Amino acid sequence: MADVKYTEEHEWIRIEGDVGTIGISQYAQEQLGDVVFVDVPQAGRTVAKGESVAVVESVKAASDIYAPASGEVVEANAALSETPGDVNTDPMGKGWFFKMKLANKAELDGLMDQAAYDAFVKGLG
Amino acid sequence: MRYLPLTDADRREMLATIGAQSGGAKSVDELFRDVPQKARLGAKVAGLPDHLGELEVERAFQGFAAKNVSPATAPFFIGAGAYRHHVPATVDYMIQRGEFLTSYTPYQPEITQGTLQYLFEFQTQVTLLTGMEVANASMYDGSTGASEAVLMANRVTRRSKALLSGGLHPQYRRIIETTGHWQGFKAVSGKPDAEGLEDLIATVDKETSCVVVQNPSFFGHVRDFSTLAEACHAAGALLIVVVTEVVSLGLLKPPGEMGADIVVCEGQSIGNGLGFGGPYVGLFATRDKYMRQMPGRLVGETVDADGKRGFVLTLSTREQHIRREKATSNICTNAGLCALAFTVHLTLLGEAGFRRLAELNHAKASQLADRLAALPDVKLLNESFFNEFTVALPKPAAPVVEALATKRILAGVPVSRLLPGDNSVENLLLLAATETATEEGMGPLVAALKEVL
Amino acid sequence: MDRSQGRTGGIVTGGASASATFTGNRALQIEEPLIFEMGQAGRTGVDLPEPPKVEDRLNGLRRGGEIGLPGLSEPQVVQHFTRLSQKNYAIDMGVYPLGSCTMKHNPRVNEKVARLAGIGDLHPLQPVSTVQGALELIDRLAHWLKTLTGMPAVAMSPAAGAHGEMCGMMAIAAALEAKGERATRRTVLAPESAHGTNPATAAALGFTVKPIPANDKGRVDLDALKAALGPDVAAIMLTNPNTCGLFESEIIEISTAVHAAGAYFYCDGANFNAIVGRVRPGDLGVDCMHINLHKTFSTPHGGGGPGAGPVVLSQALAPYAPYPWIVKSGDVWTVAEDGATVDGQPLGRLKAFHGQMGMFTRALAYIMSHGADGLKQVAEDAVLSANYVMAALKDTMTPAFDGPCMHEALFDDSFLKDTGVSTLDFAKAMIDEGYHPMTMYFPLVVHGAMLIEPTESQAKEDLDQFIAALKSLAERAKSGTAAEAFKAAPLYSPRRRLDETLAARKPVLRWRPSNNPPGSDPMKQAAE
Repeated sequence: MADVKYTEEHEWIRIEGDVGTIGISQYAQEQLGDVVFVDVPQAGRTVAKGESVAVVESVKAASDIYAPASGEVVEANAALSETPGDVNTDPMGKGWFFKMKLANKAELDGLMDQAAYDAFVKGLG
Repeated sequence: MRYLPLTDADRREMLATIGAQSGGAKSVDELFRDVPQKARLGAKVAGLPDHLGELEVERAFQGFAAKNVSPATAPFFIGAGAYRHHVPATVDYMIQRGEFLTSYTPYQPEITQGTLQYLFEFQTQVTLLTGMEVANASMYDGSTGASEAVLMANRVTRRSKALLSGGLHPQYRRIIETTGHWQGFKAVSGKPDAEGLEDLIATVDKETSCVVVQNPSFFGHVRDFSTLAEACHAAGALLIVVVTEVVSLGLLKPPGEMGADIVVCEGQSIGNGLGFGGPYVGLFATRDKYMRQMPGRLVGETVDADGKRGFVLTLSTREQHIRREKATSNICTNAGLCALAFTVHLTLLGEAGFRRLAELNHAKASQLADRLAALPDVKLLNESFFNEFTVALPKPAAPVVEALATKRILAGVPVSRLLPGDNSVENLLLLAATETATEEGMGPLVAALKEVL
Repeated sequence: MDRSQGRTGGIVTGGASASATFTGNRALQIEEPLIFEMGQAGRTGVDLPEPPKVEDRLNGLRRGGEIGLPGLSEPQVVQHFTRLSQKNYAIDMGVYPLGSCTMKHNPRVNEKVARLAGIGDLHPLQPVSTVQGALELIDRLAHWLKTLTGMPAVAMSPAAGAHGEMCGMMAIAAALEAKGERATRRTVLAPESAHGTNPATAAALGFTVKPIPANDKGRVDLDALKAALGPDVAAIMLTNPNTCGLFESEIIEISTAVHAAGAYFYCDGANFNAIVGRVRPGDLGVDCMHINLHKTFSTPHGGGGPGAGPVVLSQALAPYAPYPWIVKSGDVWTVAEDGATVDGQPLGRLKAFHGQMGMFTRALAYIMSHGADGLKQVAEDAVLSANYVMAALKDTMTPAFDGPCMHEALFDDSFLKDTGVSTLDFAKAMIDEGYHPMTMYFPLVVHGAMLIEPTESQAKEDLDQFIAALKSLAERAKSGTAAEAFKAAPLYSPRRRLDETLAARKPVLRWRPSNNPPGSDPMKQAAE
């Protein structure tokens, strides 16, 4: 089973080999409300950990998505331009944003696992 | 005071209500208690007169007006980015309806469908005139819109060098240069292009974010920018076409058909009077693919809870009140009422009227150009033009214009006023003739010019 | 078509769900198509003469094909836009308590004088000898603005408040550049409660925006500010009275500290209407401040513009003011335009021509109508009215901060806690009561903010009715049984709540012949 980790910015990354798939969590989509647009990065773009690489927008808010690790974007979820609502209905599945080839998997060591993230969200009240 | 409904008795009662609350104030002065003592004025501001009745106010403004020469009372041929056209009475009546005049930005769409629908109609009209795919709900004016277009091109291309044509209105050029200096992009300006022969293709390179041209140019020339557009696109740059005389789009191939990526127009000519320079209305149009990089307000179609069609402000996540320091622009206000004037006037004109208006402008300008070119030592610089052209006089144009002004003839703009210090333009005079030009105006102009030269 | 679709049952309080009419109209509310759906070729609303025949000099670029503009006669145009106008709420109709926007009365004499021949019809590039009165008019307004603010200079050309902000912050950047400090002073401080334009403006100029927290009284936390000041700080951008409707009581300490750190004080003058004629910002240590003529001086808001945003400047910033400005030499007025040799180092140009003359004319008419005495009364009545609303609603709604407030009263949503009614629902219910809602969810520092600005233009009896209506709504909300009804509001407006998600997901920003208008009236023929 793939390894899923979370950031404090409510992003998830699913690690399969040296490729990570990135999206936003159930909690994040609930906070945003109806997602109307996702600006995903182009394949081939090299990104540094912490760099703003995507934007997710609801009617009244826009949030930056930060790269959880360094690497190269290998695929973006093109379907989101037609069906941004996937982020609301299936944030961990069809609502993924982009996939990246990880330059250094050790960068992911500090991220939370499911149990730690659940506790983190609970702590936000 | 006729504008203040509260009576002294009201004020006392209201203070009593406020004072009854714990910690409440007992006098108006106490309501200002958070103002530091040393900044509180005991009396009214010194050195300023007291209030006036409506009659006295009108008289004061008639006094200002009497010291000016109204274009309605003199032969008039001035253009250079602002044009005198006839505005139907219906336009001015409609924009003075209180429901339009005294409403604000349509934040509550349920009770501002009037504003939202006319802005949707306006956006559609702008796309049709410019031949573009999408337009916003207006900018402050054409000049500030041009600067916003360059900023947008920089965002789209992630580059920071703009090439500005020598045919661009000099004030527009300076606004872009000012923005570039303080906001950190490079603006490279071409030499004033009085002859209309400039070719910018060779200057477009891989660092260029955009090329800004004007059609018709500041000097009046009409150009086809299709090849320039291709060159821009090959280099990954955008072509921005500025139009200061929007009536020209009734007769000229639109920028959208030339391959423009962004079109900015000064819309004043339709529906809006000269007003000594403002407020005017900026039209801003682009391609669908750049929609989310546009500045300014956008109105979109949707449905209400009953399934009825309605309109809302949309894509507002681009804007400052949500994106704050990441907004596409700091703009908040648009030119709503001037956009309404534009839309009402263009609706009255319709396809046939708009085209005929453009034909009339071109014909009047052609007649004037021929008559001036026939004067000894006056040279017409334009082979092509719409309703405005440049002539070279045998001597500096500024004193000639002043001399004609003393004869109550408003002859045109000496190019040196807008390009001071440039000797090459000292003798150039820019003249415009619209549908308002008459034989009673042209005759005296030609005669007086002949005399002064 | 079933016109009751989507309505929630059990909330009927009137005739809103009454049976549909044949036309879809409801008495004075008339359904209106787009002009593009009603035009006919062969109709026009103007009569223009046949153009003289001339040889075409268009360089072969004559436009081919149809533009696609609809043809309508004049009566159709008048009816169309009149019907649209009747779908708008406006100051002319009643209380418009939109906080921070200052929806005060717009006198009609201002419109009249702006249209006088010799003012409204002047070309901006007429020889200056033919526009002496216009230049004098601009300078007269400039004199009022300088005197009322206690500032020595003013830049008149910015087209709106945000444009004025850009002008003022550019002047600060120019002053820093002249001192060789532009590269080192890269930080702009702004309170968390700032208008969105403040950070947007600062960021556009390359500054990094650092938020300053508020204290529990809704004012800038002076200690936090002092801690943030340093050699990297270019300026503070501060709205005063602030966006919570409160006067920054420690403003002189703030400006002193800012100046001591070598930084400048930009004041956002959006709320100058609260203090005009009673307090001069120049006495508070302000270096520059824009004035929204459409707020304080009542030029019409016009559905979102046009505005005008002159910027008053301190002696330190005056040399950097942009072109153009008016100069009087002897009895003659001239304009210093680009290239004119002048004292100082103008930062450049921000707008074509001379600024928003039509707004200057209206603002000056408003100012002269009030005079120094009337303007002071304006500020007093605006502040009195806001405090009256706050006091009257204090026990029903929940004020965010203790009073007195200035020109607007800020409430939070704690009185709606556990009612199932949100700030948005509450606002939409106000629409059915005949009021434009207050500003909602701004400032961001207050949860579920409701910002009420009554202005000086409302009679006490109208304020009393407004207060009574809000009390009634608040009590209904608190009853705990009305959440569904609030969520369904408004019922009686020309349109009910609109689907903003749909609008943003599938943007339709223009009419196209192929548009299938959703919910379009079957009585109206769809255009081809």
